[in-house]
Amino acid sequence: MSKKQTEILVGGFVVLGMLAILFLALKSANMASFSFHPTYRVLARFDEIGGLKVQAPVKSAGVTVGRIADISFDNKSFQAVVALDIDRQYAFPTDSSAKVLTAGLLGDKYVGIEAGGDEKNIQAGESIKMTQSAIVLENLIGQFLYNKAGDAGKDGAAKK
Amino acid sequence: MQAQRSPIAQTDDLLVSIQDVTFGYDSRVVLSHVSLDFARGKLIAIMGSSGCGKTTLLRLIGGVVTPQSGRILFSGATVDTADRAALYALRRRMGMLFQFGALFTDLSVYDNVAFPLREHTDLGEAMIRDIVLMKLDSVGLRGAAELGIAQISGGMARRVALARAVALDPEIIMYDEPFTGLDPISLGVTANLIRRLNDATGATSLIVSHDVEECFQICDYAYLMSAGRVIAHGTPAQLKASEEPEARQFIRGEPDGPVKFHYPAEPIAQALGISP
Amino acid sequence: MNPAEITAVLGRTVIDRLAGLGHAAIFFADLVRHMFSSLRRPYLTIAQVHAIGNRSLVIIAASGAAVGLVLALQGYLTLSRYGQADSLGLLVALALVRELGPVLTALLYAGRAGTSLTAEIGLMKAGEQLVAMEMMAVDPRVRVLAPRFIAGVLAMPLLGAVFSSVGILAAYVVGVWMIGVDEGQFWSQMQSGVDVVKDVGNGIIKTLVFGVASTFIALYVGYESKATPEGVALATTRTVVISSLSVLFLDFILTALMFSTP
Repeated sequence: MSKKQTEILVGGFVVLGMLAILFLALKSANMASFSFHPTYRVLARFDEIGGLKVQAPVKSAGVTVGRIADISFDNKSFQAVVALDIDRQYAFPTDSSAKVLTAGLLGDKYVGIEAGGDEKNIQAGESIKMTQSAIVLENLIGQFLYNKAGDAGKDGAAKK
Repeated sequence: MQAQRSPIAQTDDLLVSIQDVTFGYDSRVVLSHVSLDFARGKLIAIMGSSGCGKTTLLRLIGGVVTPQSGRILFSGATVDTADRAALYALRRRMGMLFQFGALFTDLSVYDNVAFPLREHTDLGEAMIRDIVLMKLDSVGLRGAAELGIAQISGGMARRVALARAVALDPEIIMYDEPFTGLDPISLGVTANLIRRLNDATGATSLIVSHDVEECFQICDYAYLMSAGRVIAHGTPAQLKASEEPEARQFIRGEPDGPVKFHYPAEPIAQALGISP
Repeated sequence: MNPAEITAVLGRTVIDRLAGLGHAAIFFADLVRHMFSSLRRPYLTIAQVHAIGNRSLVIIAASGAAVGLVLALQGYLTLSRYGQADSLGLLVALALVRELGPVLTALLYAGRAGTSLTAEIGLMKAGEQLVAMEMMAVDPRVRVLAPRFIAGVLAMPLLGAVFSSVGILAAYVVGVWMIGVDEGQFWSQMQSGVDVVKDVGNGIIKTLVFGVASTFIALYVGYESKATPEGVALATTRTVVISSLSVLFLDFILTALMFSTP
C-alpha cells in the first residue's frame, strides 16, 4: 500500500467519523443548550414549586421562551423564589401570571407564562406578581379522600 | 552527515575497553570482574558455552544494560554513564547483528537497509538507493531488495540484517551468534563475509559464538569465557596450545573435564540400592 | 503458614502490585511525553490510524447496525405496551449515544484493534526488533509506541460516532419502514429529547476516555509480554480481559459523573 493511498484512506475515515458526529449532533439532537440569544432576568415567587428544576423551560402558549436560571428559598416569606431568564425578543406585560405546570400528565415541571393586558412591559429585575403554585399529587389525593370522607359523613348523617 | 569522531584521544589503538565489569540480575551474577580489550580494526571472537555471559557483553558495549561496577569505554568515551543523547551518538557508530536478524517485519528488505540512512542522514532518496543497493550487493542480496521479510529464508534474513548493520559504515560491528543453525554453505558464506567486511572497511568486528572451528578460521584474537569470567585469551594458535583445563576441554570439544558430564547426583550404586 | 509468613507474603504481594502499578504509570507518562516528538513524523501516526481505524470500520458499522436493529425491535415491543411506540426514536438514540455506542465500540475495539496492537508489539519484542531499533539510536517509544497511542485515541471517538449513527439509521429502517412507527414522531421526539452537549458530547468524552485506556492497556501488555510465542498469546487474552473490565468500570464512573440527577 503506497503512502499516498494510505493517507487518502485515513482521510476518508476521518471524514466519515466527522460526518457521523455531525449527524448525531444535528439530526438526532436539539441545540437547546446552545441558544445564544440574550436574555433578561425576572423573578417569581411560588408557595410550592413541586419538582421544578433549574434549566427547565419557561413557556408561553406552549412555546419555549426562556429557562429557569435559579431557584432559592426566601426564609422570611417562606416562599420559593424562582429566577426566569426570558429571551430578550419576548416582552410580557407587568400583570402577566406565572404557573408551575406539568409536561404531560406525569412529566417534568415547567413554568408557563400567561400574558396579561397591561400596556407596560415587565423589566429585568422585576417580579411577576400573580403566580400559581404547582399541583402536588399527594395534596390532590388527600383532598379527594377528604372530600369523599366528607360526603360519606353527610350521607351517613342524612340517612340517620 | 556521519556522526562526528570523538575528539577525545583514542587509547592506544583500542576501540572498546571493558574494565573490571560486574553485572548480574537479582537472582544471579552474569559477569564478575571481567576485563577485555578490543583493538581497532581487528576481528575478535568471544567464545564460551551458553550462559557464560558473552551476549551480555555486547549489550553492555551498546549501553542496553549498565554494569553494577566497572567501566565500558568506546573510543575513549564512557558508555555506562552516558546520557540518552550521548548514548545515541555513540550507537550511531556501532552496528549490531542480532541472532535471528531482528529485521522490521513491516518493511521490505530495501526499507530495512535504508532505515538507518533515512533516520540519521539527510541524504536524498536517490543517494540512499545507491547506498542500499551497494550494501545489499556486498552481502549478495541485491536481487532480493523488493522482497518482504516474510518471503526470505533465515540465512538470507541474517545477511539483510548484516547489510542494515553496516549501512552507516560503523566503526565496530558486533555479531551475536552469527553461525548458529546454518548449513555448511551458509556457514562458509557468513564466515567469509565477516572477514571480508572487516578487512575492507577497517572496522573492528566482535563475534560472539561457540563455534570454535569457524571462529578460529577467521579471527585475529579470541577470548574464552566460562561462568562469567575470562578463562583464556590469545590468538587462535595460542589458544589451541593452551594448557588451561577448561580451555582445552572447550576447544577440543571433550565431553568430560572441568565441565562435568554428570549432573550432580548420588553415586549410582546407591541409587540402585546395590551395596558397594 | 504461621501469621508471620502470611503477613510477609501479603506484604510482598502488595509491594509487587504497587511496583507494577508504578511501572505502568511511568509507561503511560512516557507515552504521553513522546506523543509530541512523534507528531513531527505525522505519516507514522497516519499509517497507524489506517491500521486501527479503517480496519475496524467494518466490524463497528456492522455491529452498530445489528444493535440498532435489535434496539428497535425490543424497544417497540415494550413501548407499544404503554402506547408509547412513537418514542422509539428517542429511546434508541439515547440508549446508543449515551451508553451502548461508547461501551460496545470500546469492547469491540479492545477485541479487534487492542489484540492486534498487543500481538504486534509483543512479536516485535520477541524478535528483538525494539532492541535493534534502540541499537540503531532510534527511540522505539517515539517511532513505534507513541504513533499507535495517538492513533487509538483519535480513532475511538470517530468509531463510536459511526456505531451510534449506523445504529440510529438501522433502527429507523426497522422501526419506520418495517414496523410502521410514525416517521415524523421518530425524528421529532428524538430531536427534542437528545441534547447535543449532555448526551452526544458526553458520549464522545466517554469514547475518548475508553480510547486512552484501551490503547494504553494494549500497548503496555504487549510491551511487557514474555518474548516467546506463548507469552504473546497470553498477552493478547490479557489485553482483552483487562481492557473490557476497565471500560465497564470507567463507564460506571463516567455515567455517575455525567448523568446523575443533581
